[in-house]
Amino acid sequence: MIGSPDVVAFTKEDDFGDSFSDPFSLPEEFSVPLFAHAANANPWTKTSYAKFSKDFILISEFSEQVGPQPLLTIPNDPKVCGTFDLNYFSLRIMSVDYQASFVGHPPGSNYPRLNFVEDSKVVLGDSKEGAFAYVHHLTLYDLEARGFVRPFCMAYISADERKIMHQFQELSSEFSKASEFLKSGNRKAFANELEKKLKDLEYTRSVLHKEAELQKMNNGCYSTQAIEKANELANMEKSIYEHKDLLRQITSYPSRKKKDVHFVQRETEKLADTSVLDDTPNSNPSEIADKTVETENDIRKSSYTPQLIKGKSAKCFDKRLKTMEELCDASFFHQTLEQLNIIEKSFRGDLCFIYTSQIDRALVGKQKVTSFLFEAEREWENEVPLKNFSISSNNPTVPILNLTGEPLSLESYTSCIDIDHMKPGVESIEGPPESSLSDITQETSEAADTETKGSFSSDKSIEAFGGVSPSSLQANYFDGLERKSKVSIASPSESASSSVAVPQRMTDGNLVLMDAACCIGQEGFVFEEPLPELAQECCGDTVVNREPLSLLQGDPALQMDYILEESALAESPNMGLTFSELNTGVLSEEVAKINIEDVSDSTSFMSASTSSDRAVSPFTYGSALTLKQKKKAGHNALRFIRQYPFAQQAIFCLLSGRTLVILGVDEGTVRKLVNALLFFVPNLGKYGETVQPWLSSPFQLIDLQRWKLIGLQRAASPAGSSILHSLNRYSRYISILDCDSKTLRCPPYKGTLISRLADHRTQIKRGSTYFLHVQGMLTQLTARAFLYTFCHHIHLPMDINDQGSVTSRRTNFLLQLGYTVEESKIVQYLSELIKQHYMQGSSKGGNQSFCFNYTTSYLYKI
Amino acid sequence: MLRWILGGREAQGTVEKSAALFIGEEQPKNCFTEMQVLKGHFDIVRFLVQIDDLRFASAGDDGLVLIWNVETGECLFALRGHTQQITAMTSYTFIRGGTAHTALITASSDRTLSLWDPDSGNRVQNISDLQSSVKCLLVLAHLDVWLSGGNELCVWNRDLELRCKMVHHSDAGISAMVELPKNFIAAAMDKEIVIFKLNLSGSDIAVMAMRHLADHQDTIRSLIHINDRLFASGSHIGELIIWDSVDWTIQAYEHILWEEPARDSQSEFKLNHQKQIERSIQHMSSDGEYIVAAVGSGLYVYNVLMKSVVAYRRTAHDSNILHTMLQRDSLMSCSEDGSVRMWELQDLPLPAEPASSGFFGMFGTFGRSSKQTGPPAKKIPEVPGLRSLELIGDLIGHSGAVQMFLSFKEKGLVTCSTDQLLIVWKDGELQSQLRSLAVFQKLEENQGL
Repeated sequence: MIGSPDVVAFTKEDDFGDSFSDPFSLPEEFSVPLFAHAANANPWTKTSYAKFSKDFILISEFSEQVGPQPLLTIPNDPKVCGTFDLNYFSLRIMSVDYQASFVGHPPGSNYPRLNFVEDSKVVLGDSKEGAFAYVHHLTLYDLEARGFVRPFCMAYISADERKIMHQFQELSSEFSKASEFLKSGNRKAFANELEKKLKDLEYTRSVLHKEAELQKMNNGCYSTQAIEKANELANMEKSIYEHKDLLRQITSYPSRKKKDVHFVQRETEKLADTSVLDDTPNSNPSEIADKTVETENDIRKSSYTPQLIKGKSAKCFDKRLKTMEELCDASFFHQTLEQLNIIEKSFRGDLCFIYTSQIDRALVGKQKVTSFLFEAEREWENEVPLKNFSISSNNPTVPILNLTGEPLSLESYTSCIDIDHMKPGVESIEGPPESSLSDITQETSEAADTETKGSFSSDKSIEAFGGVSPSSLQANYFDGLERKSKVSIASPSESASSSVAVPQRMTDGNLVLMDAACCIGQEGFVFEEPLPELAQECCGDTVVNREPLSLLQGDPALQMDYILEESALAESPNMGLTFSELNTGVLSEEVAKINIEDVSDSTSFMSASTSSDRAVSPFTYGSALTLKQKKKAGHNALRFIRQYPFAQQAIFCLLSGRTLVILGVDEGTVRKLVNALLFFVPNLGKYGETVQPWLSSPFQLIDLQRWKLIGLQRAASPAGSSILHSLNRYSRYISILDCDSKTLRCPPYKGTLISRLADHRTQIKRGSTYFLHVQGMLTQLTARAFLYTFCHHIHLPMDINDQGSVTSRRTNFLLQLGYTVEESKIVQYLSELIKQHYMQGSSKGGNQSFCFNYTTSYLYKI
Repeated sequence: MLRWILGGREAQGTVEKSAALFIGEEQPKNCFTEMQVLKGHFDIVRFLVQIDDLRFASAGDDGLVLIWNVETGECLFALRGHTQQITAMTSYTFIRGGTAHTALITASSDRTLSLWDPDSGNRVQNISDLQSSVKCLLVLAHLDVWLSGGNELCVWNRDLELRCKMVHHSDAGISAMVELPKNFIAAAMDKEIVIFKLNLSGSDIAVMAMRHLADHQDTIRSLIHINDRLFASGSHIGELIIWDSVDWTIQAYEHILWEEPARDSQSEFKLNHQKQIERSIQHMSSDGEYIVAAVGSGLYVYNVLMKSVVAYRRTAHDSNILHTMLQRDSLMSCSEDGSVRMWELQDLPLPAEPASSGFFGMFGTFGRSSKQTGPPAKKIPEVPGLRSLELIGDLIGHSGAVQMFLSFKEKGLVTCSTDQLLIVWKDGELQSQLRSLAVFQKLEENQGL
């Protein structure tokens, strides 16, 4: 392990004079922090007294009836928590109730105002319990709840304090996603509920109206009953007006539509991923059946019969509070659970492991020039900026809840709460929030109240971490602000108008920050813009519309990546297909449900699904090839190299770019062989475009250009003979592996490289191990190809009449690297791919040329 | 070797027949190790015309003319306008305003002639009231006019204005034309070669038929310019005549008969009739000293200075050869069998060797056929000068007859075919070096990776 003190930052070649840099050191962002304990300590000994066996996610609520209570854990297995007292811990985490859930009648407004409050993210620990947690607070709306708000929190609980501290950024962004699903679903459900309530109210009003008329008829206008009825009616009117206002507020949630589309798409893709690859219990049919039932319920809602309601609401403790599932739209709720499961899975295991995989990802991200060759493309990798990672490892700006009994300064408190705003979070904030000064003052004073009240703060078991003083936090905080303010637009009127107008579409969510001057105290309370008109009236506020940090401070390449990713997303073959391909009919129903769930979103969703092209995705019908699939292919590969003595020759063909045709009668056998050889194909493509696992028609010359590995059907029909004719005709460009007679016709290979890569006596037992072995060797090969491609002196002519020497210099270079003539062909082929990729980018467009060699083929038999 | 794929009986006749010519996959002298398939046409592609160092035009039976960049393989323009197949195409370079312009002239079966600007893709001029379709085009650069041949011979200026017209009453019409010195034109009309003279008096041009050369026994299939003093014509029955460009006399006469040597006539006796038909001289090309004639599926190389045969191969391809090209000691041919073959003229082993006895036998029959015509009887003493035509490589890619090819020297070779495709064949090593240069250039522009 390389510790950070040893690390010297990468310096550019030209400024080597300034400081000595160790050429073997890793760049700082790739370093793994040293294990903090004494040298002789076993890093794997359990140092904590945790009463639970592994990390889990806890969702709790601060119920207005019973106080803090745990709702569910992920994984939902009592064994996980062991003897850990969830109730006690819920009390701990919910005691940091940050938002002072307030809905009232703010001055200048006659009607209740919904606050679109940002989530808060804090870390807290309980040394007595040996539990450390990342705590993510959020509020959901409930018409029946006090102030229409229900405070919830999601906590990632681990026994490893360092894990929470070091992974704060990642946890925060992942939990923000989950929270976003939940809140979007809740807004939808809340709107539904309001609509229902409005119908009830209107119905009741009409009934009352009739009764009042009756009273007037019977008793005259000024009878007590009539007046009472009139008052009741007036109350009802007011109530209707209030509810209408609430409905308007909730439905005008600014960037909702855009956001939802994004989330639905992303989530469905994730769903696809997990359900295809992992046999998670979450996608089991019964659950899905449940969902479908709910869908029917949703449909029935439209034919809702209004009920007569009483003017006064029931007493607080009489009514049953809605469960979290009821508070949220069903599909969104399940998306949330999915996301939480993903979080649980991705943060499972030792911190070291998480680190290593993150570094791995970050390193691959840096190797864009060559990573396309053999690295599995990671779907969402580009979205999480590398910067994010480096920040968290070097200079963790983790908000720490400091409840030492002393009153905290307001600044540090707010900075604790809303670190999210400082983050270059592409996904974190949505829409241009809007705030009015009055609200802010109220909220902050409220917040300060909770602070100073210190209802839970004296508890010593909740401690501060890491010795980060408020001042240092503040420094970080200002640091962040400074970076941002470079680009912020300071003019309030301008910003207000721009927030009314269309927000910049290119970013996922426009991160809106208030001006530095006013946000110090109020950072945490950014309100969503309730309505365009309201925005107009708030235009005096200093609200600054700005882009997410990552897009600004990130290098242009990163930015490009992100945009590309977006467009790729739009085109990427959609879930619907994947589900139906898996022929789980229920699942496709689920997709259909997603479609009808949110009509406003469905247009883009539908268009995405129609644009999917099955032809380009031979393996999984639309979904990208994943690392997992490749690892599974390792098993087949291992069997292949054990079974076929000419495996090396076959692999040589693939690596040197000669199309390998696997010919056979039985589709299963052919597909299996294609799968076995899959990860040897350079530049496989995200969807495995360069492989055609099963072809039953004669191939054309142009197909040889496109596909490097083809599974071909041997048939007795006339079509079969024309296939054979094409094989014969283009025999010089292809190698043919005949599964039926177990022969391979291909050029000879001499060398040691591939014998190390595919040793049929290999001791490796497991497919995934073998895959990693191959991956390692291919990486080495890629590095050589990179070197070969970008070495000036071997490619540039010494003078104008020097073409011949270039050829010999190239050959000599490869010989010096220890490659045989055949192995040189591999490096040359990889080098050509690198050049092409470098010149044209990842786009496969344009007419590629197709290289080949004139070499004699031999027939290899088993 | 390939039979195992085909599975027994199905083994193809063609492979068997050309076994002697089968070069195999090891082709060290073949530098075309990269190909690029160009798609765009919807029917047989018959014509390729070079526009400049970088561009060429392709045309065929779909009436579409496409302009391509040979380096990138990019289709620059699609010239649409002809409703029927293209029958002739040529490029026409002229100087206007101090700069050289190249125009493209196309003729089609729809009896139209079009003048295109390959820089903009526009049709500059169009003539649609022709009485017959044009079969050949000839540019006379020094007169700044060009001629179209069909049932009528027309002279046009660069703006496609008709300057002169001459109607023939023969059925066949003009199938080929070559330019001769002193404003004379030789035109092939069925079995005759007609010599026309262009009379220039001021701005008027008049065309006059000067002489009819009726020495061919059958239809003339090809007519080429060799050098300033000589031109050559080849007929359907294998007659090759070398003419003097100035006084139009026969300089040499060869009658090529691909007859079987007596020894193996038993096995291939039945094929003999077919062979007789396949001796038509489909195409000829020349570098000024040698002529290569595509005779049926064979190749015949003739030295015009020595008036002697240099080399020949009776079955150079599995099917009729459609186009040939001669460059120093190497030549290329393409054929209906879908392949392009590259040949090299190599000195034969000494005649004393037993292998050459068979050759002499073949040559004997060859000599006999030319005895009928008389004059070139002195060939036998020159036998030691005879060289062999060795196959050094072949290009396989098209699935239909390769109609024509066009060489861009080191930039590559373009082939067009019945399978509606064009293929650019390139030197892989050279292309790789060029790509490296481009990469380093981009690196420099980007200041690093």
